[in-house]
Amino acid sequence: MSPITLIKISLRALLRNRMRTFLSVLGIVIGVAAVITMVAMGEGSKKSIKEQMTAMGTNAIIIMPNRDRRGGVQTESTESLEEADVIAIRENATYINGVSPMMTVNGQAIVGNNNSPTALSGVSADYLKIRNYEIEDGVMFDDEADRMAKVCVIGQTVIKNLFPGVDPIGKTIRYKSIPLKVIGTLKTKGSGDFGQDQDDVIFTPYQTVMKRFSATTNIRQIYANSIGEGYAEKATEEIMGILKERRSWTKPTDPFRVFTQEEMIQMVTSTSDLLSLVLTAIAGISLFVGGIGIMNIMYVSVTERTKEIGLRMAIGARGRDILLQFLFESVIISLLGGAIGIALGIAASEIVKNFMNWPMSVSITSVIVSFGVCFATGVFFGWYPARKASRLDPIEALRFE
Amino acid sequence: MGEETVHALRGVSFDIYKGEFVTIMGASGSGKTTMLNILGCMDRPTSGHYILDGEHTEKLKRDALANIRNRKIGFVFQSYNLLSRTTAIENVELPLLYNSKISAKERHQRAVEALKMVGLEDRMNHLPNQMSGGQQQRVAIARALVNDPVIILADEATGNLDTRTSYEIMMIFQELNRQGKTIAFVTHEPDIATFSGRTITLRDGLLKKDSVNENIQDAKAAFEALPPPEEYEL
Repeated sequence: MSPITLIKISLRALLRNRMRTFLSVLGIVIGVAAVITMVAMGEGSKKSIKEQMTAMGTNAIIIMPNRDRRGGVQTESTESLEEADVIAIRENATYINGVSPMMTVNGQAIVGNNNSPTALSGVSADYLKIRNYEIEDGVMFDDEADRMAKVCVIGQTVIKNLFPGVDPIGKTIRYKSIPLKVIGTLKTKGSGDFGQDQDDVIFTPYQTVMKRFSATTNIRQIYANSIGEGYAEKATEEIMGILKERRSWTKPTDPFRVFTQEEMIQMVTSTSDLLSLVLTAIAGISLFVGGIGIMNIMYVSVTERTKEIGLRMAIGARGRDILLQFLFESVIISLLGGAIGIALGIAASEIVKNFMNWPMSVSITSVIVSFGVCFATGVFFGWYPARKASRLDPIEALRFE
Repeated sequence: MGEETVHALRGVSFDIYKGEFVTIMGASGSGKTTMLNILGCMDRPTSGHYILDGEHTEKLKRDALANIRNRKIGFVFQSYNLLSRTTAIENVELPLLYNSKISAKERHQRAVEALKMVGLEDRMNHLPNQMSGGQQQRVAIARALVNDPVIILADEATGNLDTRTSYEIMMIFQELNRQGKTIAFVTHEPDIATFSGRTITLRDGLLKKDSVNENIQDAKAAFEALPPPEEYEL
């Protein structure tokens, strides 16, 4: 008996019991749609985190003082970063193509009646290339020429808040009573890693912050930029070497903490990997339940059609023909459910993406794997009932009422 | 607790020749069902031989027996055993589906011919539940004919039908026999046996009588002799 004929027979049997077929297909549909949507959700959030972190600056390295733990309380270590460290890194490091201190001051920026609760960032000119900012209008300040100068470069959100409809270049912002002259504006960049507005920034020379705002010689963080992807580790080692050498450091522990962009991406994605895994496992369970549904239906079907099986055997169907007929039925149910489930899962992903603004990414792998799993489900859960049918004794089966 | 072996048939020996119309008679428990199962290659004798169309069947495996049933035997059952929600023509085509040598086109042609032989060419696309018992049994006969079997085995084929319809069915069997078909008809009704050329009677698993029927009743004449169907006033 040819497979095409068998498929026809199976289809006909399924069509004869539309409602039952529909219900068992539904079990698979729900399972597969759940898998596709959950995986899309996990993949989407992972992808969006990666994108955002890349936008922050692909090769960024952040150096900050190490924290000591004393009696369970975290304190800043006594070892602190200085301007001389920044200069030493800039001059000696070979795996770095930009380095900048990062000094933050919180307060209100005021222009006439407008104000904006924007943090003031004390940085050097390199900071733009480390964080992928670009100048739109005017110029960036110069580390030497504008040392301690009362100048600033502002982002688009600040312009919107402080200078609605006015060209900000040459105007003055008051920050903690200190007037800062706007010499440049930044191109828009959008929201960052954790939803913060990356255009809500005011940059000023770090010496200005150290001298005029914080009155300190300590630098809280140093941002650097490795020369390319894959160089983060070498750059980190090099920076740490420079910092240790300057301090004649001999202790086994490092004086500073260094975060690389790569590490941070790994840290965040490993969390969302776990989330994906849990979501997928839950979805997988519902697919399994769908499979049990098929098995149940197939058992009922075999019992209900015992007489039909007996007749088919009497007129010449071999055990194998009966086995394949029932196996095809369960595989058709599961593949049909798989196809509909995939379509539904993709549709649900699109809906969540467009109406709930959740980043969704339907992966081809999850579609292929789901379809494969459906086929396996059909064979696995259909096998036992089909085998039971194929082993019936035709005489007994024909007598069955 | 041991299992008790029941010898449903013991030392039964007979030949059925090509073109014969044989009735196998017997009360319940006489072994006629077992006889039918062996003749139909549904069961194998524990000892002894059954040679069908020159082929020994007693040592054949399940699949080989299925093939013999498919190519050499046509079954007609008491309860018709048509697939529900399946048209007459599809029911008739069914045995040929399990024969991969037959194309879809040939399958259809042969099913149409078989339905014509039982006079149901105008009911081909009817479902079993749209037909009377007699018509359903005629579809079943067409299904038994469609693979051009060596022997047609009928198991109480008139058991569910009234006398008129029974005679109609017997007319078909007699006509098929006239065209050269070999038929073995199992029944417990002596009346039905009179339409065949030979009667084998079983009793308690033994062959009690094997006699040629001198006075074969013509089913058509018997049918016409019946009083006309009662007319009900509505």
